[in-house]
Amino acid sequence: MIKYIKSLLLKLISIAVIVYLMIPIAVIIIFSFNKPKRFQNTSWNQFSFDAWTNICRDQTICRALGTSLKVGLFVTIVSTIFGVLISFAITRHKFKGKAATNLFVFLPLATPEVILGASLLALFLNVFIPLGFWTILIAQITFTISFVVVVMNARLAGMDPRLEQAAMDLYATPFQTFRYVTFPLALPGILAAALISFSLSIDDFIVTSFNRGGVVTFPIYIWSAAQKGIPPQVNVISSIMFLGSLLLVLLAGLISKNRKLKQV
Amino acid sequence: MTTNRPKVEDLHLVNLTKSFDDFKAVDNLTLTIPAGSFFALLGPSGCGKTTTLRMVAGLEEPTSGQIKLGSEDITSFPPYKRWVNTVFQSYALFPHLSIYENVAFGLRRQKSADIDKQVKAMLELVELTTLAQRKPQQLSGGQQQRVAVARALINEPDVLLLDEPLGALDLKLRRQMQLELKRIQIEVGITFVHVTHDQEEAMTMADTVAVMNEGRIEQMGAPLTIYEKPRTAFVANFLGQSNLFEGTVAGVEGDELAVKVKDTVIYVPLNSTEIRSGRIVLGVRPEKVKIVDQGKTGLPKNQIQGSIHNTAFVGVSTQYEVLSSWGQEISAFEQNVDPSDLGRPGQLVTLAWEPRHSFVLDPDEDLTAGLDTTWDE
Amino acid sequence: MSIVQESIPVKIKVKKNKTAYYLILPGIGWLVLFFLVPFFTLLATSLQKPAGTTPDDGYLPALRFSNYSSALSEYYPQFFRSFVFSGIATVVCLLLAYPIAYYMATKATKYRNLMLVLIVAPFFASYLLRTNAWKTILSGDSFVVSILNSLNLLPDGRILNTPIAVIAGLVYTFLPFMILPLYASLEKIDIRLIEAAGDLYASPRQSFLNVVWPLSLPGVVSGTLLTFIPASGDYINAELLGSINDKMIGNVIQSQFIDLRNYPTASALSFTFMALILVLVYLYISRAGTDELV
Repeated sequence: MIKYIKSLLLKLISIAVIVYLMIPIAVIIIFSFNKPKRFQNTSWNQFSFDAWTNICRDQTICRALGTSLKVGLFVTIVSTIFGVLISFAITRHKFKGKAATNLFVFLPLATPEVILGASLLALFLNVFIPLGFWTILIAQITFTISFVVVVMNARLAGMDPRLEQAAMDLYATPFQTFRYVTFPLALPGILAAALISFSLSIDDFIVTSFNRGGVVTFPIYIWSAAQKGIPPQVNVISSIMFLGSLLLVLLAGLISKNRKLKQV
Repeated sequence: MTTNRPKVEDLHLVNLTKSFDDFKAVDNLTLTIPAGSFFALLGPSGCGKTTTLRMVAGLEEPTSGQIKLGSEDITSFPPYKRWVNTVFQSYALFPHLSIYENVAFGLRRQKSADIDKQVKAMLELVELTTLAQRKPQQLSGGQQQRVAVARALINEPDVLLLDEPLGALDLKLRRQMQLELKRIQIEVGITFVHVTHDQEEAMTMADTVAVMNEGRIEQMGAPLTIYEKPRTAFVANFLGQSNLFEGTVAGVEGDELAVKVKDTVIYVPLNSTEIRSGRIVLGVRPEKVKIVDQGKTGLPKNQIQGSIHNTAFVGVSTQYEVLSSWGQEISAFEQNVDPSDLGRPGQLVTLAWEPRHSFVLDPDEDLTAGLDTTWDE
Repeated sequence: MSIVQESIPVKIKVKKNKTAYYLILPGIGWLVLFFLVPFFTLLATSLQKPAGTTPDDGYLPALRFSNYSSALSEYYPQFFRSFVFSGIATVVCLLLAYPIAYYMATKATKYRNLMLVLIVAPFFASYLLRTNAWKTILSGDSFVVSILNSLNLLPDGRILNTPIAVIAGLVYTFLPFMILPLYASLEKIDIRLIEAAGDLYASPRQSFLNVVWPLSLPGVVSGTLLTFIPASGDYINAELLGSINDKMIGNVIQSQFIDLRNYPTASALSFTFMALILVLVYLYISRAGTDELV
């Protein structure tokens, strides 16, 4: 009986935690259907599809979103390439300074974002690099590389080195081994890493706010709008991004589950 | 199977050495594996057998020495330029490719003609035609094993290397695959080099077994020869079980050498050793030793008195541990033809065997060699 | 005869050539240039002196250590508050995360993946909007606040603009960072170990304290670090959910750098903050390493 109560309690706490994590998201989605009385979209007024049917009514929102997508694309490409290369070196090669490399790559993850942003700003100020689009790119690439490396290391470490040896044994040159075995096997990991760096980039506020100059990304827009009121269109965009990513993840999960079922 | 390359060549290993830091994994190994033979490298974990195999495959670079196929020195060839293929331990099948593509992999890299025809023929040989479009994870262990063999064999290598190929299978399947591999080897006529730590597997499949220990070959020969006449304590202990006795030569009696072991005299055929005086070590396999009540007559010439210490009934046979008068434990296996009385601990018995069943070892050897080897790698 | 285990250690063929260096060169070069070098420029900036009377006049290289003493004497309460707030948030996160991580690792086999997706899901929605949503939830006329008020649970009659709101916001933001590593380490624990402990006469409490907890420590350590470090530098929760008296060090650094352009003070604060974090993390890891991780 006590055991049953304990297990029930555990279940209830778990559900409560999940609900807690979901509440603000529910609020975001619900308020995307609100027609606020004045500027502040913080109290419920009237149900409406206005924001959904007219997302770009305020041009600045969509311009900010466009900037974020552009930044995200660049950042994802560069940091994924850099990170994947580092990860290949760490998991597939032995070299002097490997442990130090590993630690060094981990450091940006253990540094508060304010510090990352502030120290880069100090660099840009001292060498007179004008702040703007490019400095945002530099800043975001810097902190996303480490995430890519961590995700890729996990993926590549789980890859049996014998597979590459088998390929070589079967007359594949080093390039062909990479082309036909290593790369296809690493691809899901690379895609996951790219997705993570894209979502980190598109949602980054702190580091960007230090190095943006006058450029307005989507989070920067939200921040500046927060004072006078965030329009419901922002909620719409965020809801679309949330539901889209969720769908993507669930779909990927479903596909891999299907594959597993077929194996039985 | 037809081949347009010259016929299969002998594989020569010449003074092959591989060191990892201070540790010599393979120590000055010289060995010729005749073309078309089924050769087994047998030894405990860490004996250097897998390292040897990987050097032949080109996956490990020798510290010194040569590897030759026929007269061609392939020591410095990268793996993809050797006519050698490997069946990897736990197979290393490409998880992202279908069975068909796994088997076709080598041919595609060589840009062979008629890939489809060859792959289909090969899948037929290993009876996997219906599973061609599956992924490796969807196959059972035995099926995966056959894919691994097919994937290597289709390239018609001069030498096929098998690295503990049956290690991941359960006992029954392993027995079945042993026979099947043997069948395939006879059919294709390629040299098979098989690395294993399973002595039964080695003896069942191979024409020639080389027992390896600490980077060297202890003894090499037909399974029957090395089992019946082990030359070193390691082979005697690693390959099955042995009872070993230390003694001194008492003299020659006819065509037999008389050896005094404590209070007993044991005989061994003269032609089995050069030793005629001084210290000597004799051995006998437990299954050659008869166990009878004391006082019986008409027994083989070599006899030791003792008392039963322990018995274990194992189905086909009963294993006895008998304590000799000088306190040595001696094993004897009796076939369970008519098991009724298994003997009680403490019961007095005579152990007896024919002199021709004795074998002789070097007296300066460590007699416990090969006893404490770990079986699982 | 012997049954062989499948997992046989493979000697990876080690390629000892320069390829590895070419592979790490772009990424590591980038990090050296834009992660390591900036710390030196940060240090240099923190010692600069003003060139004129306004930020527009710029700053000149100097060794003005008084930047540190004046910054610290003015902003030590924010430092203190940052570490207290994030410390409390970390403990609350641990208390909330452990049960759900344990539940997922041991019981919820069927819904495990769904739960994992839901725990990661907040990352898919904008961080600023989520924090802003708490503003809506906790605002004076909201449902939650009126219930709490009717029970007389709120001394000030409000949650928003109090330390509680800031800490709750930090807990919310960083909870997934606690759950995921905890789950990863709990999931690795062989359930038979707990059964074995029970079999060896350990009560559920004892088997938790002596088996589960010690084995989950790596997850606890990385989870607490992943929560504490970013939480202590966060300024969004304090800005959106707290009052003027709840500002954390992140707020100060941000406003000094961006609004006031007082770069030397901002840099001195950043540098001090980084140093304090390093010291705290070092103390924590060495304690966890020697006393508990063994």
